[in-house]
Amino acid sequence: MTVAVNPSQTGEPVFYLADEHPHPEGWSTSLGFWIYLMSDCLIFAILFATFGVLGGNYAAGPAPKDLFDLNLVAVNTSMLLLSSITYGFAMLTMQQNKIAQTQVWLAITGLFGLAFIGIELTEFAHMIHEGATPQRSAFLSAFFTLVGTHGLHVSCGLIWLVTLMVQVQKFGLIEANRRRLMCLSMFWHFLDVVWIGVFTFVYLLGVLR
Amino acid sequence: MNTDTHAANADDHHHEGGHAHGTFSSYVLGFVLSVVLTAIPFWLVMSGALPSKQITALVIMAFAVVQIVVHMIYFLHMNTTSENGWSMMALIFTIVMVVIALSGSLWVMSHLNSNMMPMHQMSGMK
Repeated sequence: MTVAVNPSQTGEPVFYLADEHPHPEGWSTSLGFWIYLMSDCLIFAILFATFGVLGGNYAAGPAPKDLFDLNLVAVNTSMLLLSSITYGFAMLTMQQNKIAQTQVWLAITGLFGLAFIGIELTEFAHMIHEGATPQRSAFLSAFFTLVGTHGLHVSCGLIWLVTLMVQVQKFGLIEANRRRLMCLSMFWHFLDVVWIGVFTFVYLLGVLR
Repeated sequence: MNTDTHAANADDHHHEGGHAHGTFSSYVLGFVLSVVLTAIPFWLVMSGALPSKQITALVIMAFAVVQIVVHMIYFLHMNTTSENGWSMMALIFTIVMVVIALSGSLWVMSHLNSNMMPMHQMSGMK
């Protein structure tokens, strides 16, 4: 759309674009959400850097070797990996417009996510019970901040997942709900990518130290 | 500006943009790869199969990098064309920032650690 201004001053009408061309709703959502994820990635990068710097400062307290049970971490990792593939299946059934199956896969994803959070909280409770609280040493402060922030993200993802299941139940697989499920898909897989960094740098390298 | 070319431009980027979708086989392939890439580092650390800790550390870090790339491709469907390349640009920018923040922090702080004299040694110097 173009608009003429000040035709009287110069004699020549000046044209400028009064409006952006119309965009369909949500056309930029996936790029915008991707940029949000990248900024979230920077938050995790800073927490990883903090852990990298402070990870060896035990203040004569417990070291990773005394605290971490790698079997438990392996089970936890598999929960998150399984939830990633089941979310992938939810997206595939969504593309085929199968509401009931999409809901089932979303529910299974939610259960795996819940199992992950449950195991992580059990681990935290066990550590705190043994006196390995965030106040104990710089290593433990950095550990609880990094792993806790990841766990908080997964918990938010779970709340989001339940919200979307209610939305899909109420309104079906409408365009807006597909877009939302797409965003949650990116969020969920992104958290799995962050977890790769956590189990490698915090748990495996910690036990190796 | 000519309204015709503008309309054509608008048309272009609505159709080229959007997000890539996975298929059943690509999800399963990504899953199998990530299970293997997770299991090997856990096994290496838990069994102590490699003779030195340094080598084990380097190998498991390499596995993590490979697994992150696998997740990016098979689960997050990253490619150079989605969103006209803007998501790849954002990713590259983020990787640059992450590398600067991580390597910078670790480098500076390790130098700080080795160059600062501990208090008990300082008191011995007169």
